[in-house]
Amino acid sequence: MAARASGGRKGQAADAPAPSMDSLLATKEIVVACGPGGVGKTTTAAASALMAAINHGSKVLVLTVDPAKRLANALGLDGIGNTEHKVPASAFTAAGVKPRGELWAAMLDTKESWDSLIRQHAPDEQTRDEILANPLYQNIAGRFIQSHDYIAMERLYEIHSTGEYDLIVVDTPPTRNALDFLDAPERLADFFSSRLLRWLIVPYRSKLINVATKPFYQISDRILGTEFMGDISEFFILFQTMYDGFVERSKAVGRLLSDRRTTFVVVSTLEATPLREAEFFAEQLTERKLHLGAIVLNKVLPDYLQGRAGAKVAETLKDRAEDLAAELSPVLTSTDATLGDPAQIARVLTEVADSYLNFQVVALREMEERASLAVAPDVLATVPFFDTDIYDLAGLLRLGEQIWV
Amino acid sequence: MTADAMTPLLDRKLVFVTGKGGTGKTTVASALALLVAAQGKRVLICEVDAKGELAGYYEAPPTGFKEKEVQPGLFAMTMDTESSMREYLKLQLHIPVVGRIGPVAKAFDFLAAAAPGVREILTVGKLCWEVRDKGWDMVVVDSPATGHIVGQLAAPQAVNGLVSVGLIRNQTDWMLEMLSDPAITGLLAVCTPEEMPVTETIELATRVREETTVELAGVVVNRVLPELFGRNEEAVFDALTAPGPLEELDGLVGGDAGPVLEAARLAVTMRRTRSTHLERLREGIDPAVPLLYLPYLFTKSHGLRTTRQVAGSLGEELGL
Repeated sequence: MAARASGGRKGQAADAPAPSMDSLLATKEIVVACGPGGVGKTTTAAASALMAAINHGSKVLVLTVDPAKRLANALGLDGIGNTEHKVPASAFTAAGVKPRGELWAAMLDTKESWDSLIRQHAPDEQTRDEILANPLYQNIAGRFIQSHDYIAMERLYEIHSTGEYDLIVVDTPPTRNALDFLDAPERLADFFSSRLLRWLIVPYRSKLINVATKPFYQISDRILGTEFMGDISEFFILFQTMYDGFVERSKAVGRLLSDRRTTFVVVSTLEATPLREAEFFAEQLTERKLHLGAIVLNKVLPDYLQGRAGAKVAETLKDRAEDLAAELSPVLTSTDATLGDPAQIARVLTEVADSYLNFQVVALREMEERASLAVAPDVLATVPFFDTDIYDLAGLLRLGEQIWV
Repeated sequence: MTADAMTPLLDRKLVFVTGKGGTGKTTVASALALLVAAQGKRVLICEVDAKGELAGYYEAPPTGFKEKEVQPGLFAMTMDTESSMREYLKLQLHIPVVGRIGPVAKAFDFLAAAAPGVREILTVGKLCWEVRDKGWDMVVVDSPATGHIVGQLAAPQAVNGLVSVGLIRNQTDWMLEMLSDPAITGLLAVCTPEEMPVTETIELATRVREETTVELAGVVVNRVLPELFGRNEEAVFDALTAPGPLEELDGLVGGDAGPVLEAARLAVTMRRTRSTHLERLREGIDPAVPLLYLPYLFTKSHGLRTTRQVAGSLGEELGL
C-alpha cells in the first residue's frame, strides 16, 4: 500500500482517518471526473492519476478529452491521439519525483473511436466499408454531439475490459448538460431498439407501408426529400446489422458505470453558476445510485482574505493613507531615494487596501457558497487558487498534493 | 475585408453569443440584449443552450418557447426544437399541430436525433425566421458553448451537402444567405484571459472562418483584472513588503498588514499571468475583429443588477 499517506491505516479501523482522495483512489478501479466546463476538470483528473501512480505503485491511465496544449505536451500526448502512451520517466525526473507505479495517458478521438467500434461490430467487411463510407455516418461520428458522450464511456469500457490498468481516471467531455454522458449508453440502446427505426427500414425491405406509418413517410418525404430519406434508411439498415452488438455493449457500459468499483468525482469552483450545476450533478448521481466519491473545489481564494482583522487593517490603510505615507516615507527613502514620495506611497496604500477589500467580497461569497453546499460527499477537497497555469507534472503534483488528504 | 468595412456589432440583426463554459457567455448575451433594448430598440434574446438560467439575469419568471417581455422592449424565449418543429409544420406546411400529429411529431423528434443537422436546422431556422418575418431590431442568441457552436452554424451547409431536394433544402438556402451576410449576422465570442479559454477562442476563430459562412463580429474579454500599480508604484509596493517597512506599517496600523499586502501581491501576479494570455489572444485573432474588454466584477450582486453593470461596461467599450 501507499508508503506515504496511508501506510499506517490497516487494522486501525477504530480510529481510521476520514476517507480521502488517497483512500478513494486506492480502492476504486475507475474514477470519472465530471462537472461543469472551465473548472479545471482535466487538470484534476490528471493530478489524481499522477498522485495514484506516485503513491500507490499502480499502473494508472488518465483518459483525457481535450487537454491544454502544454499539458498534453507534458503528458507526452502531443500528436498521440487515441492510443495509450506511457508518460516518460524524464517528465517525472523534471518534477523531482520517482513514481512507484506507472502513469499512462490517452486522448479521446471521437471519430477514430467510432471507426474502431464499427470495425469491431460489423458482421462482414462489405458492411463495414459501406458504413465507414456513408456520408450520414461520417456526419454522425464527427459532429453528432451525443456521439461524443457515448464514445467516452465506450472507450472507458473497452480499456477497462483489457485489464491492463489498476486505475483508470476519465475526464468527461464538456457537454451541454453534464449528465448527457450518463444517459448516452441507454439512449443508444433505446435508439436501436426503437420501433421508429423499424419503420424507417421496413419499406426498403418489403415496400410495405401500412396505415400507421403512411403519414410519417408522407411528411418526411416532403420535408427531407425522398433521396435523403433513402440515405437515412440505407444507413440504418446497415447499422441494424450491428444491433445486437451495440445494445449488448451499451448495456455493459451502463453496468460498468454503476459498478461499485467505479466512483465519480465532481469538480467545480465556488462560483455560484458552476457550483449549482455541480450540485445538481451530485444529486443526480445519488438518485441514480451511482457512487459520488468526492467533490473537488478548485481555484478557491486563500483564507487570509476572509479575516475581519484584515478588513480592518485595509480600512485603516485607506482612511489614513496620507498620514501613513508621511510616516513611511523616511523608511522607504532609506531603502531607495526614488521611493520616498509620500503622495505615491499614499496611492499604493489605497490601491492595496481597495484590492484587499475587493477580493474579500469574492472570498466571503465563496465561503458562503461552500457552507451552503447541498450535498455531503465522503470527500470534500479544496484546491487553492494557483497564480500560475498548470502545464507540467510539477504543477499537477502541486494540485495533487492539495486534494490528496 | 478591412477593419473599417466591418459592420459594427450593434448594427447587426442576428448575433450569436458563444464562449467556453464558465466565461460568462450568458451574462454577456443578456447584457448585450439589455444594452440594445435600452436604446429604444425591439430585441429578442433566445436561450438555446437551455439550462433555464436566462430569466434569472432579468429577474423574470422562467421563459418558454413563446417570447415574453422581460424588460421594456426586450423579449426572451427558450429554444425548444420540438415546438420549433410544430411551428414549422403549421406555418410552412399547413399541417395542424393537434391530435393526430402526435406520432408524427414523435417520429420527427426521432429523426431530429438521428439525422445530423435536423435539430440544428430547426433551431437556426427559427432564429432566422424571427429576424426575417418578425421585425426585431436584433435577435441575440445565447448559443451553445464554443465546442458546439460551429456544428450549429455549419448545419445549413452540412444539410445542403446531404439533401439536394425537398422543403428542408429550400429552407437552408435562404438561411445560408442570411447567415452569410455580415451586415445581418455576426458571432460574438466570449472568453476570459486564461489559458484554455484563450486557446479555444483562437481555435474557434479559425474554425468559424473555415467551416462556416458566419463572420466573427467581436471577442469579449471578460473578467479583466484592474492594473494595481504603475511601474514605480510597484517598486514602492515591493519595498513596503520588505521586513523593515512591513514591521513599521504593522505598528502604524496597529495590526497585521501582511495579509493585505499578500492579497495585493496575488492580484498583481494574477493580472500578470492573465496579460500573457491576452497577448496571445491579440496575436491569434484577426486584427480586424474588435476585442471588447469587460472588468472583473467584485460586487456581491447578481441577477439584473449585474446584467446592468455589464451592459454599461459593454456600452463603454462599444463607444456609446
